[in-house]
Amino acid sequence: MSRAFVEIDNVAMRYGGVEGTLALEGCSMNVAEGEFVAVVGPSGCGKSTLMRLVSGLWPATDGNVVVAGREVDEPLSLVGMAFQNPTLLPWRRILDNVMLPLEVVPAHRARLRRERPAYEQKALDLLKLVGLEGFGAKYPYQLSGGMQQRTSLCRALIHEPPLLMLDEPFSALDVFTREDLWDVLQQVWMARKPTVILVTHDLREAAYLADRVLVMSSRPGRIIAERKVPFPRPRTMETTFLPEFTALVADLRAYIAAARRGEEVV
Amino acid sequence: MSAKANARLIAMAAAARRHRRLQAWLPWIVIFGTFGLWELVVRAFGIVPFILPAPSDIFEAAVKWWKPLLDDSLQTLFTTLVGFGLAVVAGLLLGVAIGSSTLVYKGLYPLLIAFNSIPKVAVVPVLIVWFGIGVWPAIITAFLISFFPILVNVATGIATVEPELRDVLRALGARPVDIIRKVGLPRAMPYFFASLKIAITVAFVGSIIAESVAPNAGIGRLMMVASSRFDVPLVFAGLITTGLMGIMLYWIAEWIERRTTGWATRSTEGSNFTPGG
Repeated sequence: MSRAFVEIDNVAMRYGGVEGTLALEGCSMNVAEGEFVAVVGPSGCGKSTLMRLVSGLWPATDGNVVVAGREVDEPLSLVGMAFQNPTLLPWRRILDNVMLPLEVVPAHRARLRRERPAYEQKALDLLKLVGLEGFGAKYPYQLSGGMQQRTSLCRALIHEPPLLMLDEPFSALDVFTREDLWDVLQQVWMARKPTVILVTHDLREAAYLADRVLVMSSRPGRIIAERKVPFPRPRTMETTFLPEFTALVADLRAYIAAARRGEEVV
Repeated sequence: MSAKANARLIAMAAAARRHRRLQAWLPWIVIFGTFGLWELVVRAFGIVPFILPAPSDIFEAAVKWWKPLLDDSLQTLFTTLVGFGLAVVAGLLLGVAIGSSTLVYKGLYPLLIAFNSIPKVAVVPVLIVWFGIGVWPAIITAFLISFFPILVNVATGIATVEPELRDVLRALGARPVDIIRKVGLPRAMPYFFASLKIAITVAFVGSIIAESVAPNAGIGRLMMVASSRFDVPLVFAGLITTGLMGIMLYWIAEWIERRTTGWATRSTEGSNFTPGG
């Protein structure tokens, strides 16, 4: 395994002062460069908190978060994020929505005006990669939920972030759309190899997409189990019917059930 | 497709067309119907013009006094628009400040609410003491009365940016001013234009209040003078002129709104939804 790209060392996060809610405690994990890691856990276990700490949106109460060899104490501009809601800007066309990060990230905003055609081409290529060719001129409301989520994924990728943070990006979609988007995400990942941290509560999704699945305890959250996912890529729907796949999902489910009861499993 | 289905589709299209035509004509039918009914009632019951003038009396008065009516209307329009313009600028600036900073919000809001609760008619005498009788009391009253709705709406639009969207941008290294420029302001525009439609109509109220308390010029003074002469038809002519100007400016605001923030009212044109994964 190459060097750790994301190092989370004994991190704690408490909201609302000394007596506030303890969301994370003693949470440690490492993610290698180019690795696809899924984090699963019972609801309210602090998965989303973990995302915000890694992206530098909030400072950790205790412990260290290091990304790309740098201590995270402010947003590092090297993260692309996508959430459960596509959060597109309704007044922008799809292409302009995808290009929004380029107008913000310091390294790109200076070059955007001069090299606009090249950047536009990049955005169009990305849209094509996720199956949205020809939709650049549409407005978000003209697209279905799944297509909006694809757009959101493109927006997270356009500035070529070395780290992709996905917070339950597919959980608002129906099963068929969701499985389509698993393939889209897998394809994007195989093409570009960003480091991915995917937070989800869909265990099949975690097993389908990740190289490694981490299980969090209930609050205060920390990593209580880790499973490598051995299936070769590209994984297909056939993979999900393998007995090994089913067994892995069953194992993960058992971990989570134990975590919800507050038991140790490691 | 079967002949029956075809006939049905054609019938439905025709019904939709009829419906749209009716919708376009309905405001005019209602307006002329109201005036007709009004005329009829006044004549049938022999109501004297001093109590309630018939529309024909009002029209007659308007024609007879067209010159002062026009001059005073333009005067009122002028003070209203200047006051309204100031309100737009101040409302936008303060709205952005209040919407983007909890500190400014907490600090200023109570004062603003208290100020907005003061009946503006009570402020006019003070304005006259400060600025003398002239255009300024009318302009400032129009400003004071129309500034609050704009401020509140702009602040709401900016303050309600989705936290996830804010996170997406912040994680990219966006400064607060970037977030306001890229997301907050465009998002606040539908609220802003909705408030313009309210603000422009109440700005008239402000101007006319000031003109009535300090009768110097404008349609408010015209109505005061007319009523002191018991020329009730002319008072009504003034009222109706004001109403017409209000509708005109409302339409202009609405037109600008449709041109600039069509994305927020897409449901009316809808139907170009594309299905897919």
